Amino acid sequence: MTHPNGDSPNPEFEPKLIGFLCNWCSYRAADLAGISRIKYPPNMRIIRVMCSGRVDPTFVLEALAQGADGVMVAGCHPGECHYIEQNYKTMRRFYMLRQMLLQMGLEPERFQLVWASAAEGQQLADAVSKMVEEVRRLGPLQWPANWQENGQRLHALQAIVQEHQQAMEVSR
Amino acid sequence: MAEKVGVYVCHCGSNIAGMVDVEDVARWAGENLPDVAVARDYKFMCSSLGQAMIEEDIKKHGLTRVVVAACSPHLHEKTFRRVCENANLNPYLCQMTNIREHCSWVSVDRAKATVKAKAMVAAAVERVKKQQPLEPMSVQVNPATLVVGGGIAGLQATLELADAGYPVYLVERRPSIGGHMAQFDKTFPTLDCSACILTPKMSEVGQHPNVTMFTYSELEEVSGSVGHFKVKIHKKARYVDEAKCTGCGICVEKCPRKVIDDDFESGLGYRKAIYTPFPQAVPRIPVIDTTSCIWFERGKCRACEKLCPTGAVAFDQKDEHIELDVGNIIIATGWELFDCRRLPQYGYGRLANVFTNMEFERMCNAAGPTGGKIVLRDGKTEPKSVAIIHCVGSRDVNTNEHCSAVCCMAALKFGHLVMEKTSAEVYSFYIDMRTNQKSYEEFYQRLLEEGMHFVRGRVAEVTDAARKPEEEGKLIVQVEDTLVGKQRRIPVDMVVLMAALEPQRDAKELGIKCGISCSMAGWYTERHPKLDPVATMTDGVFVAGTCQGPKDIPASVAQGAAAAARVMGMITKGAVMIEPVVASITEELCSGCRICNNLCPYNAIEYDEEKGVSRVITSMCKGCGTCVAACPAGAITGAHFTNDQILSEIRGALWDAHASAAAPAQAQAPAAAQTASGS
Repeated sequence: MTHPNGDSPNPEFEPKLIGFLCNWCSYRAADLAGISRIKYPPNMRIIRVMCSGRVDPTFVLEALAQGADGVMVAGCHPGECHYIEQNYKTMRRFYMLRQMLLQMGLEPERFQLVWASAAEGQQLADAVSKMVEEVRRLGPLQWPANWQENGQRLHALQAIVQEHQQAMEVSR
Repeated sequence: MAEKVGVYVCHCGSNIAGMVDVEDVARWAGENLPDVAVARDYKFMCSSLGQAMIEEDIKKHGLTRVVVAACSPHLHEKTFRRVCENANLNPYLCQMTNIREHCSWVSVDRAKATVKAKAMVAAAVERVKKQQPLEPMSVQVNPATLVVGGGIAGLQATLELADAGYPVYLVERRPSIGGHMAQFDKTFPTLDCSACILTPKMSEVGQHPNVTMFTYSELEEVSGSVGHFKVKIHKKARYVDEAKCTGCGICVEKCPRKVIDDDFESGLGYRKAIYTPFPQAVPRIPVIDTTSCIWFERGKCRACEKLCPTGAVAFDQKDEHIELDVGNIIIATGWELFDCRRLPQYGYGRLANVFTNMEFERMCNAAGPTGGKIVLRDGKTEPKSVAIIHCVGSRDVNTNEHCSAVCCMAALKFGHLVMEKTSAEVYSFYIDMRTNQKSYEEFYQRLLEEGMHFVRGRVAEVTDAARKPEEEGKLIVQVEDTLVGKQRRIPVDMVVLMAALEPQRDAKELGIKCGISCSMAGWYTERHPKLDPVATMTDGVFVAGTCQGPKDIPASVAQGAAAAARVMGMITKGAVMIEPVVASITEELCSGCRICNNLCPYNAIEYDEEKGVSRVITSMCKGCGTCVAACPAGAITGAHFTNDQILSEIRGALWDAHASAAAPAQAQAPAAAQTASGS
């Protein structure tokens, strides 16, 4: 997939990121960053989930399909999960999904897994800043537009999601 | 039927309005977002007027959904849910979006922050439309409480609860309750004897009919949630039968093995291999330290067993694991002392006459190793001059950034005791004198009058390398006196290091067991630093005393009592409402693949062999949603975090990203839907 901006840095481009933050550690880290007035770029839109283990791969695909330039999943540090060990499941899913996205031509910087405890407002803010810069350098992803160029592609993308759902549905 | 959504954008004074154009956000939401019936901005949405406005709108406009764009849901979700409830709208049809902590406070560009706030509001509006009414689940509160830590904070909490008539289980790691306070001689600023005020409380706890003590025990495991925790306690073998022991002390007297007591006596005194840490210990039942006992070392001796008049010594005793049911947990695990060897420039461990504050406490104590005499390490020479160095391991980026809060006052207390007991000159090397509680400043003034010398400056080094004849054989304190602007070398006989209070080394581990978090330094995080200082983010788990941050005795006692009051509130209420955020399985869709069964760390999913489907045991489900994300058939629904809700939220959050592509995409959407239904 080629980008209109190529690999050259594009300071004008404001990437849109979606961040799935777990309720107990990372969302609170983001709260703490706010309370501590730590500044970071406003490019990430945060979606709260109870646990990073709740992040269904479909959510990530949907975010990219809806025009996000990157997705961050953030949870408690390994061993510190509020739900004992669910972030290990996040980890497994993350690498599997990333492998798939890489095969689709997505750059690894666009899909990141971050650990941030409730005390790590600064670390979370740093991770967001870093990711925004990395994605800014990559340029827009333009999944919806790219799929749309060839009228069938958006359709195909939606079909993938639906096919996945149907395939998994039990015949009644 | 289309939903009628009300959008409320809060200014939070200038906290949000200063960085986000809130009026524009509200206007934009009202004009552009589908199904938004009312959109308003207001100075303080959480004020009674703001709340009344929302309530009135719900009634007047028949709103079916409410979005509040303000602060963190962890702060005010309950407030706005209550508003909906008052207006007969199910509280789970309200959604908050955090445009303060996550937007205005972290941004520097007003235009960009406003765009972000709009996206956040759009996400919340899309999500809220998919939200479903839910009923909170009611759980009976077990009136028993677990208190972890038998220091002054834990004791206070225990007594408050027990006196109110509720059962308390008190777990203490050491052989006796009492904590650090039992080691002190005097307490500032009143100089009353620590033991005199503490030991009555200890024995009261020890004899209280409502208190069950587990000393020499640790909290091993916690499961369940508010109202019905199940806890497992690891009771270490003391090798003394508690039922038979009368506490006569013959075993201790006859034990041939003497070892240095580096716990209670801070290494200044000795104890036996079988010991009670101090004479007033509660319970007065000794323990055998297996690392120093001769029997455990080489299989000989057993003198204590032979001489015990009641036959209480039991070498065959085993560790026990006790399970208890409790409704609430109070964590009061306190602090531990900074290891002064980490700052080699002060010479602790190398220069004999450098002491730590806890060593000095023991030295001053009449029941301590020196009988209350202030003497040098040789055990007999009285010092002629004493230097007290503040902030050792505190207020230093290399060790701990925090102020340990009690050292200034303790240093003044030491100064007073030295001058009272000896004729020595006392020097205090401080950075800032912090005496900010009741009667503390007066105590400082008193010490100034008593003739304690104060030198402002962080000590560079304590050395025994003399440069002048008068420095020979002394410890020289090298310091920049910042009030005079000069380097000074002050020769003294004794140095006392005011070592920092640090969190317990295993605080994080215990926190994870109980589901509460620590700050970077390791102090437990309270629910709100100002307005909710003893509650934690986990319902039913409270913190008290220094495990939450360094504090003095009065503050620890106040927190212990406060935590007890909070627990009593829960018990009196009888039942607590818990969030209905749990998973459920639609049986018709479940193929019985059992993928979810092994994913649940709480074993909340059982498999029905007969029907060939899995089922969620609601009372055990914690609502993480991992199984929901894993179910290949989409048969599991995570209440309040359904796929539909989150996918809508994603679409809303990216309203501006797909807006350009949206028009043709929407045109194609029906076609896609048709294809889907056709196939």
